[in-house]
Amino acid sequence: MRDFSYLRASSVDAAQLASALPGAMLLAGGTTLVDLAKCGVAEPDTLVDITHLKGLDAITVDDRGATIGALAKMSGVADHADIKSRFPAVSEALWQAASAQIRNMATIGGNLMQRTRCPYFRDGENFPACNKRAPGSGCSAIGGVTRGHAVLGTSEACIATYPGDLAVALVAFDALVHLGDRQVAVDDFFLLPGATPEREHAIQPGEVITAISIPGTPAARRSTYLKVRDRQSYEFAAASAAVGIEFEADGRTIRDLRVALGGVATKPWRARGVEEALRGKVLEPDAVKRASLLAVEGAVDHGANHYKIELAPRVVARAILKLGETA
Amino acid sequence: MTSKTRIPIQLQINGRQHELEVEPRVTLLDALRDHLGLTGTKKGCDHGQCGACTVHVDGERVLACLTLAVQAEGRAVTSIEGLAQEDGTLHAVQAAFLEQDAFQCGYCTPGQIMSAVACIREGHAGSDDEIREYMAGNLCRCGAYPHIVAAVRQAAAEVAS
Repeated sequence: MRDFSYLRASSVDAAQLASALPGAMLLAGGTTLVDLAKCGVAEPDTLVDITHLKGLDAITVDDRGATIGALAKMSGVADHADIKSRFPAVSEALWQAASAQIRNMATIGGNLMQRTRCPYFRDGENFPACNKRAPGSGCSAIGGVTRGHAVLGTSEACIATYPGDLAVALVAFDALVHLGDRQVAVDDFFLLPGATPEREHAIQPGEVITAISIPGTPAARRSTYLKVRDRQSYEFAAASAAVGIEFEADGRTIRDLRVALGGVATKPWRARGVEEALRGKVLEPDAVKRASLLAVEGAVDHGANHYKIELAPRVVARAILKLGETA
Repeated sequence: MTSKTRIPIQLQINGRQHELEVEPRVTLLDALRDHLGLTGTKKGCDHGQCGACTVHVDGERVLACLTLAVQAEGRAVTSIEGLAQEDGTLHAVQAAFLEQDAFQCGYCTPGQIMSAVACIREGHAGSDDEIREYMAGNLCRCGAYPHIVAAVRQAAAEVAS
């Protein structure tokens, strides 16, 4: 790991100023950044440690929704009683992510900034070509081993999968990222790779994530996160779904439905096609399975990842039907 | 505070204060092993994937390989060396690992034990399934998992009684 300077930020203002300097990066839990620095992928000149900032780890929940400070830990949010009862998909996405140790370290703000697990991105020594790591150098994944790569939102420049779980739940429930005074919808915070896969987030130099907020809705309250993976725990998603349902008074007709996918796309993927197809309909297994196929509309595979196109709709359908059973 | 060269830091390890000078890039794991001679904490993958370097910071289990030493300043660090009592009496989890033969080569064991102590304290050792889920961050290449689960189950019962 290349050496770097270390600077401990004493205020959000100071962190904003310091992070705008060339070669500076913000350091919170370090679970992505220290790892990627060891891989030689992240090469910061200065790390600006924000973990000593006060008041950025608060979690407040009321009828309007939840506000979670950027420095709240994954474990603390996953175990928070009001998050569990009012936003079960958020809690479930968190405790099914990473390991207990990493969840004790990783912050919510840092979680949004985690990078892809694409093995070509992580290994510049053996695979110099990576448009995300070295813009314009090409993509080693296309034509390579693609079992874990994305089938949705890809471009000719990049097919790297967005690896996270939390943001999948956040995008389903219209959460906002707070960048100091500015707020950005989570769906807009994550960028499609297009021709510039090195740009992953709508965050500018000098901006610091201070919080996320999630509107409180009936669909968020009746929600779940279903994660299918190669091993039972401590593994990234082969395909996952965050789903929330609100029923009409009859308990069968879908008033509101939220669906988002993880493990299959280049960013947390809202599946609005599924939502629109089922809104106003009675929850019924065949209709749910049919509508769930819309989750992968426009999907493109690269050989070994073809299974994700079949798997993702099944995960979506299973999650919706599971929520229906609790009606 | 800003520095690229070695910076003086104070670490509280197992109840004792240590003063050392490290480059900012030195991890807590390397500080423990190479600077303080506390080699009980193991370096497995060094990328946060295996759990061999698990220690407690302010009572919570974390990975020493992804924690910069400078970030541990002002926090209470406990490593495997700090688990037994001064007179050598083993912690209940250490004793249970011995009794259940919960290891083969032993390399992952300090991390397993530190993780298990926290797992029980968190209240995540209520069933074998829960133990497996909340111990998933600690890999064992020898495959001693059934005995590890038995040891955690036993220690959890002893701690509760």
